[in-house]
Amino acid sequence: MSYITKPRVHHPALPTNSLGLTRRDYEGSMSTLCAGCGHDSITAAIIEAAWELELEPHMVAKLSGIGCSSKTPTYFLGKAHGFNSVHGRMPAIATGASAANRGLTYLGVSGDGDSLSIGIGQLCHAIRRNVNMLYVLENNGVYGLTKGQFSASADLGSTAKKGEVNRSEPIDPVLLALTLGCGFVARSFSGDKAQLIPLIKAGLAHDGFALIDVISPCVAFNDHQGSTKSYKYTRDHLEEAVAADFILPMAEITTSYEAGQGRTVEMHDGTRVRFRKVPEGYDPTDRDHAYAYLRDRAHVAEVPTGLLYIDTEDRAMHSVLGTVQTPLVDVGWDELCPGEDALAGIMERWR
Amino acid sequence: MSADRQTETVKEGADADATVNDIAFKIATVNGTGSASANGLLMKAIFRMGIPVSGKNLFPSNIQGLPTWYEIRVNGRGHTARTPDFDLMVAMNPATYAQDVVEVRSGGWLLHDSSWPLPRELHRDDVTVLGVPLAEMCNARFEGARTRILLKNIAYAGVLAALLEMDLKVIDQLLEETYGKKKKLLDANFEAVRMGHDWAREHLECPLPTSLEPMGETDGCILVDGNTAAALGCVYAGATVAGWYPITPSTSLIDAFKGFCDELRTDADGRNNVAIIQAEDELAAAGMVIGANWVGARGFTATSGPGISLMSEFIGLAYYAEIPGVFFNIQRTGPSTGMPTRTQQGDLMMCAYASHGDTKHICLYPSDPAESFDFAVRAFDLAERYQTPVFVVQDLDIGMNDWVVPEFAWDDAYRPDRGKVLTAQELEELDAYHRYLDKDGDGVAARTVPGVHPKGAFFTRGSGHDRYGRYTEDAAAYQDVMERLLDKVDGAVSVLPSPEIVGEENGATYGMITIGGCRGAVLEARERLRERGVAVDVLRVRGFPFPDDVEAFIRRHTRTFVVEQNRDAQLLGMLLLETDVHREHLASIRQYGGMPLSAGEVVNGVADWLKEWHGSDAPDVRGASTARTHRREA
Ligand SMILES: Cc1ncc(C[n+]2csc(CCOP(=O)(O)OP(=O)(O)O)c2C)c(N)n1
Ligand code: SF4
Ligand SMILES: [Mg+2]
Repeated sequence: MSYITKPRVHHPALPTNSLGLTRRDYEGSMSTLCAGCGHDSITAAIIEAAWELELEPHMVAKLSGIGCSSKTPTYFLGKAHGFNSVHGRMPAIATGASAANRGLTYLGVSGDGDSLSIGIGQLCHAIRRNVNMLYVLENNGVYGLTKGQFSASADLGSTAKKGEVNRSEPIDPVLLALTLGCGFVARSFSGDKAQLIPLIKAGLAHDGFALIDVISPCVAFNDHQGSTKSYKYTRDHLEEAVAADFILPMAEITTSYEAGQGRTVEMHDGTRVRFRKVPEGYDPTDRDHAYAYLRDRAHVAEVPTGLLYIDTEDRAMHSVLGTVQTPLVDVGWDELCPGEDALAGIMERWR
Repeated sequence: MSADRQTETVKEGADADATVNDIAFKIATVNGTGSASANGLLMKAIFRMGIPVSGKNLFPSNIQGLPTWYEIRVNGRGHTARTPDFDLMVAMNPATYAQDVVEVRSGGWLLHDSSWPLPRELHRDDVTVLGVPLAEMCNARFEGARTRILLKNIAYAGVLAALLEMDLKVIDQLLEETYGKKKKLLDANFEAVRMGHDWAREHLECPLPTSLEPMGETDGCILVDGNTAAALGCVYAGATVAGWYPITPSTSLIDAFKGFCDELRTDADGRNNVAIIQAEDELAAAGMVIGANWVGARGFTATSGPGISLMSEFIGLAYYAEIPGVFFNIQRTGPSTGMPTRTQQGDLMMCAYASHGDTKHICLYPSDPAESFDFAVRAFDLAERYQTPVFVVQDLDIGMNDWVVPEFAWDDAYRPDRGKVLTAQELEELDAYHRYLDKDGDGVAARTVPGVHPKGAFFTRGSGHDRYGRYTEDAAAYQDVMERLLDKVDGAVSVLPSPEIVGEENGATYGMITIGGCRGAVLEARERLRERGVAVDVLRVRGFPFPDDVEAFIRRHTRTFVVEQNRDAQLLGMLLLETDVHREHLASIRQYGGMPLSAGEVVNGVADWLKEWHGSDAPDVRGASTARTHRREA
């Protein structure tokens, strides 16, 4: 069902990708979020990543739950099909859609309330089922849209705007995903585009479920002293452990990486992810090691970011289901309906 | 003769009480002891003898150890609704002897395993006790505890074959079809049947005055349950995605779908043209159905009442965002866990108006497995044509029990009705696409599916939108869309299966409206009432929203009984909501304790109303049945 967009004439100043599309073609409608909201920065990173990846917008399905974060698919890829579903249930929609049409690129956007409270079950099971999608969790530690209640990722001891102190342990989506066997686990910060864009690209290319937990301060309810998800706190405590460069198979970028400084992992579809700034002994393909590293950093109040774990083995949902390569929506009628003669045979069993 | 049934053909030359092809018997066993295969064998043998038959599996919500019953009703005139009065009780479970003895009609028989004596105090003067030492014989003849228990069931089938004069050749043939490749097992089964049969011939008076004789009434028929039939309908409708979560009594629908797909939906390389996903819960199952339909596939789920409760939020989204989806609700006895293996029609209202806000859904109500197959296919066409959730609301009794129904028909010229889905070509030629713009005035706006054409891209969501699909919080723009949605669903009436009407040529005084699996009992009751001087016209609704015929039917009759299986008279309530008829024209007859409806219960319900309206002038239509129904005071 591929459709190649006809080349259009653009202002010469706007660079185009190989589809003849400018960055503007990957934008959506104007954001209605608060000025300075971290979610808008993530939107910008998604636009950039999709343009660089040269995705055909209408072959992308962007999905979300409910929340300020879940509103953002309106603000990017205006020419893609979108589905702003119900609170915490986007993974199920994505699962059914992906089951029926494996030919689309699935990009899910959610919030920490959407993903870690009401929708935690669906998130876990989408990971477990290994639905082929990128899941961006825009994590601000609060329920933005319902005006600042603590979310399940609020840090122990963090204070709400009205002074209330959170006394419950937070749920860390990165540790959760690692535990559940997620094949692509990353964390980033909305304010760090240089890191976020390649991660989004890598996540979209990953065959299977890719989670990026993006710390994304809420300026209205959670960007004050005492909040561990404020701009200030995050900038001061970020530890870029493992950054990734994403390389398309046909257009390999050959910027020099000094031997010994990086490590390249080939993904299922032939694309490659190259890590850099890998700390001593860090192995992103070793789940136990990733776990230990994250724990270790947590003790010194550091938030490791970058691509933390990757597993490129082909265990994505369709390979488990054993479905045909053709998207099910394109399978011909003759393959689907057994017909009158077969029916006569089947009914013989019931006589 | 039993009070709940009519005497059939009297055998020539036999004594006056002798009947042919009119018997109800009940087999009491223990869950998990393999009695299902013996009961199925008996059902199928009678079916192959060409006699109308039904089987009701009354099983507990338990895997092994609790009492279980199987009721078989054979009726040459085709009346195979459940009947609560049994000619013959096969009491194989000493734990339920006391209860089972009571259910035998006066003049009937009780067959029990005399290896465990029937306590003296349980004997009834008006019931003939037939003792057969089944366990003792099996222990002497066969090795191994498991084999002995299993073959004891086959042995009672042999005893019944002798008592009812069933054709042993038919039974042998069936055993061969089942165990053909396992020679040892087949021989053991043959032996067990013979053992029971020969013992009965030697020690009991065979056949009973109530016996069987071959007919040709099941020619062109099949014996199948409604869940299997519905599953096959899904295959034929071209469904490619099923999202589901296990719940009795819907699980067997998905199991059957899986079975058919293994056989019919794998390509030469062994890959599947279908995705069946066991979800983490019913919420997710509904989401998967919606996701699959959103990208243009035919996706469905099968569940029961509690599952629909969980799916309700998503159903509202699908209704408002106009996404197709097929939801099978195999109704069990609620609320809550209720009695999960018992039948009911308790979700009629919930399905018709499922979800928050103003919603109204297309529903189909099969009355037997033939309609289960047919309606399954239609459900997908309706869902896509009207871009909305469609419910197939099926009784457990239909879903899980075997019914004799006419063969399914299939026309190879059938193609799915995809409704208004814009193609790449159509989109190319379009200036601008507006998702919710009703260009044809039929309430249905054209939809697009992802990946077809850039111009078709649309941001689907559950928030307020205007007729163009733009976000809105404007009162008039919102109402405009809500009114169209109502018109759209009401418009489906023109293509929904029309009501089945069985009536007097000149119209009777009384009408009777019913639904789903009540059909058999109601039609049998109609005949009986007629013989007792009360003519009743019957209308069975097959789809919702109701067509005008339903209101016209009520208006044609002085009073209309509404027969259904739930406490709150939900069908009656829907009739009041959806038509302009007055409450006093409707008289509710309900039986909802978990058992399939019987004709006697309907007759009794009518008798109670007649007495209420006419006092001592009321015609006497009642039989002396044990049946209990509940009337709703007007
Ligand atoms: C079933 C249901 N319950 C509650 C709500 C109300 N609600 C809307 S958004 C939201 C929380 C969103 O939090 P999060 O996902 O963190 O998004 P943020 O706004 O912080 O980006 C809640 C509780 C809802 N829409 N649906
Ligand atoms: S409330 Fe918070 S999360 Fe929502 S838009 Fe404003 S800053 Fe962003
Ligand atoms: Mg949040």
